[in-house]
Amino acid sequence: MVMLKSAAPRRAVLRGMLKGIGVGVALPFLDCFLNENGTALASGLPLPARFGTWYWGCGHTPGHAVAERTASGQGIEFLDECAPLKPYAKHINYFGGFNSPLDGLTNYVHHSGWVSARTGTAPPNTGDIPAPTFDLLIADAIGDGTRFRTLDINSMGNPKVSYSARNTYSRGAAEGSALGLYTRVFGTGFADPNSADFTPDPDVMVRKSVLSAVMEDSKKLQGRVGKADQVRLDAYFTSIRQLENQLALQMEKPAPNRACVRPKDAAGKYGQPLASIAVVDEVAANHKILTEILVMAVACNQTKVFNMVFNDAFSSIRRQGDSNTHHTLTHEEETDPKLGYQPGAFWFNCQVMSGCADFVAAFAKFPEGDKSLLDNTLIFAGSETSYARLHGINNLPMMTFGAGGGRVKTGMHIVGNGDPVTRVGYTVMRAMGLSMPKWGTKSLETSKAITEILA
Amino acid sequence: MFKALTNGGLAVLGLCGVLILTSCSPEKSASTQAAAAPPVTAKVAGMRRLTSAQYQNIVADIFGTRIAVVGQFDPLVRTDGLLAVSASNVMTTPSGFEQFESVARSIAAQIVGTTNRKVLVPCVPATADAFDAACTRGYFATVGRLLFRRALTNEELDGRVGIAQASAKSKGDYYAGVEAGLSSLLMSPSFLFINETMESDPQHPGKQRLDAYSKASRVSFLLWDTTPDDDLLASAERGDLNDERELARQVDRMIGSDRVKRGVTAFFADMLSFDKFADLEKDTTLYPAFSLAANDDARRQLMMTITDILVTQHGDYRDLFTTRRTYLSDSLARLYRVPAPVPGGWGVYEFPAGDQRIGIQTEVGFTSLFAHPGRSSPTLRGKAIRELLLCQRVPDPPGNVDFSLLSSHTDELRTARQRLTMHATNAACSGCHKIMDPIGLALENFDGAGQFRTSEDGAAIDTTGELDGVRYENPAQLAVALSKNPAIPSCVVNRLYAYSLGRSATPAERAYASKTLEPKFASSGYRFPELLRAIATDENSYVVPDHLATTASAKE
Repeated sequence: MVMLKSAAPRRAVLRGMLKGIGVGVALPFLDCFLNENGTALASGLPLPARFGTWYWGCGHTPGHAVAERTASGQGIEFLDECAPLKPYAKHINYFGGFNSPLDGLTNYVHHSGWVSARTGTAPPNTGDIPAPTFDLLIADAIGDGTRFRTLDINSMGNPKVSYSARNTYSRGAAEGSALGLYTRVFGTGFADPNSADFTPDPDVMVRKSVLSAVMEDSKKLQGRVGKADQVRLDAYFTSIRQLENQLALQMEKPAPNRACVRPKDAAGKYGQPLASIAVVDEVAANHKILTEILVMAVACNQTKVFNMVFNDAFSSIRRQGDSNTHHTLTHEEETDPKLGYQPGAFWFNCQVMSGCADFVAAFAKFPEGDKSLLDNTLIFAGSETSYARLHGINNLPMMTFGAGGGRVKTGMHIVGNGDPVTRVGYTVMRAMGLSMPKWGTKSLETSKAITEILA
Repeated sequence: MFKALTNGGLAVLGLCGVLILTSCSPEKSASTQAAAAPPVTAKVAGMRRLTSAQYQNIVADIFGTRIAVVGQFDPLVRTDGLLAVSASNVMTTPSGFEQFESVARSIAAQIVGTTNRKVLVPCVPATADAFDAACTRGYFATVGRLLFRRALTNEELDGRVGIAQASAKSKGDYYAGVEAGLSSLLMSPSFLFINETMESDPQHPGKQRLDAYSKASRVSFLLWDTTPDDDLLASAERGDLNDERELARQVDRMIGSDRVKRGVTAFFADMLSFDKFADLEKDTTLYPAFSLAANDDARRQLMMTITDILVTQHGDYRDLFTTRRTYLSDSLARLYRVPAPVPGGWGVYEFPAGDQRIGIQTEVGFTSLFAHPGRSSPTLRGKAIRELLLCQRVPDPPGNVDFSLLSSHTDELRTARQRLTMHATNAACSGCHKIMDPIGLALENFDGAGQFRTSEDGAAIDTTGELDGVRYENPAQLAVALSKNPAIPSCVVNRLYAYSLGRSATPAERAYASKTLEPKFASSGYRFPELLRAIATDENSYVVPDHLATTASAKE
């Protein structure tokens, strides 16, 4: 948690002060709660669709991430930079050769790439987010029935940095503290689905009546404001409704879910302040803890949509005692003539991919019936550049993790042949049940799903 | 059954006589409310979301600094150089509203907690579950008027009293009811958004102006970064604030208060991007003296220097860039490598003539904020001075550039100047670097943590350069060149005017700032409080631009 007035250094307040809680061990989703194939709840309802994103900054080292292919096909050959991902290759799809045409607009460095891929529209000005990111479109479609429409998390602890937004001025604060995330999801308001007793919290009714009064205040402003502020009021209404829905869920006994165990932190990791918000070891450790909590949040059906940031687009992760950051190395480090790449930048890219593997592993190791949480989730991973040294936005690196509950085939390397990056986002949305006939604008518009991966 | 607290309890927290009325009795506030029902049908020209600092200030001013405000609002987005401008654009997200609710509930719970209720809640029930609607109503009227920046309507009050009564009954606890009512006030859009209501402008037929309530808010947030106090609100309620003499009286009163330092601090924190301090981190292996304490103190030092010169000394704004007087703590003294003036605390320190520490741009806060974690950055510093202090936009860097020479530490390329000179031979880069680097290179005497140095990698640092035609040899001469640059006062005028509006200025408003406010600022000897006064007392500042007046009216 962060004091509102805080310009205090984030590392001083991150994680917080709670101590003495033990790390939970995932219990299997008992067969009695699933059908015999583990593809649906015993009630006949399908397992919920879950979707997430994983962001990393500064792309890959060309020629060291994935062996190129000339045509799409089964099998991904991860190279040295992505070696940590090798054990999970069968759960991954890799997308290469997809481009971000800007139709004459400026390539706003470390920005245009991710905005194009995630919104389907190139930003007309620096910092602009001209359309909703597709995770929010998916959340609009599948996010009901959970306490949190989305969870935004940043491993560097920076609440201002997320790659999920409705527009330039509509971006939620990301959670960067383990204690903050834990408290938000598993603190007051969390009902243990496996508890024998369920007593609705009387505070919930009070909170609902308070929200009603607030809604009345809001309605009285309608008709008195201009068009732009009406849109903002609508967003305010929507947000109240979302909280009302959240409270309504808290009035109902949740369905039994043996996989769901409130995380515990016996080692007291949640409460330890970060020694650094940028030293990569600290960031990776924070990312691991946040991922542990996130996995349980998903398994406990607290959210169906999430966004995780490992490092920011202008990657400020660094090594203790080194005057460079990841970002400055990608631009300023000379290419080693023998190695053929920038060794310092490469080292950071490897650390990032190691974090990526940690994330995939956490979902893969969490059992749900005879499958894993990864099998039942679809995660889109992407960066804003292909080759950060030159701010390349063609051949933008993108991956998906997981089968999305059988909605997606995995283990494939898809070759884009210069098609727009939006084909990946469009395919992901299709997989998650969105039926839009096309997505994106200008040269980024597409109506072509990547059918090779759709189940 | 109930007794209303007089101001004794609140005075313990030092609140009475500040904002919460000279008497804290709910009866008085109730009568005030009844006498001044605001026009709740007035059109709204714009909605500005409270900043985190404003929210914090309001809670502290009304309820005391013992009330912790913990949470994280949806971030503002720097627009036209200011976060404050985006307050008119930023939208509420579901997670953002969740935070509004969480923070509101936390504050309300603290207010009615067993310790604070004795001084912050004037109604005392005879029994735990007894409920006195009149006293509760009076209390909500008092607090609500300060939160909403206008008196609450009967309907708004009835609703809150109803919530309180129902909650008190269901939980068998009067204070639980008060808690619910307070939290509903704290998450209302009438609190969270500064809704600028308008009325016909008799001085400009056919135009709209802010009404007195909104004028009071505009003045208060500009000068004190908080909600209007009782005196100012009462003036608005009487309609007196439309009288230029009363407006001037109020503005003078507020500028004369020590609280204006908070308003000045809030503005410069925004203008100088002090939100970046939250992200500031130095490599403690390379810069062991840059501790967490130093990080926080560096920000405070800048603020103290600014308010000392501009408010306490009523000095020339341009002196900010040539001052040798500053404040140091122990942690800063280590970075400056001078004795702490007041061991264990803060004290005034004056750098001697001839020292290169001159002006806020040479302070540790500035030089470390605009640098990398492990080294200096002439480019970041030059960009900051161009954009933040001179209001000149530096174009975005081109996409396809090889920067690799910047990190080459060969015998020929040991200093930042040598490396940047090589880099700037690239035609795509040279245009922008020519306007950034000379300024930043003059500050190369300060390493990434803002510590003074004369060499880098054993090579002497060359700090010569030119700023818009003025040559300089070192940071001290750059300081003089900066202070004399006409863009320095022009920039602060335009930034402050947009800041006061809380939105992007229209072309007409920008013209007004340059043609009217800039000469006034100059004729005052560049006294910042006079600039505040000029903006706050000029009726033109409250005229609603046609495009805002029209779109709000069109909704009818």
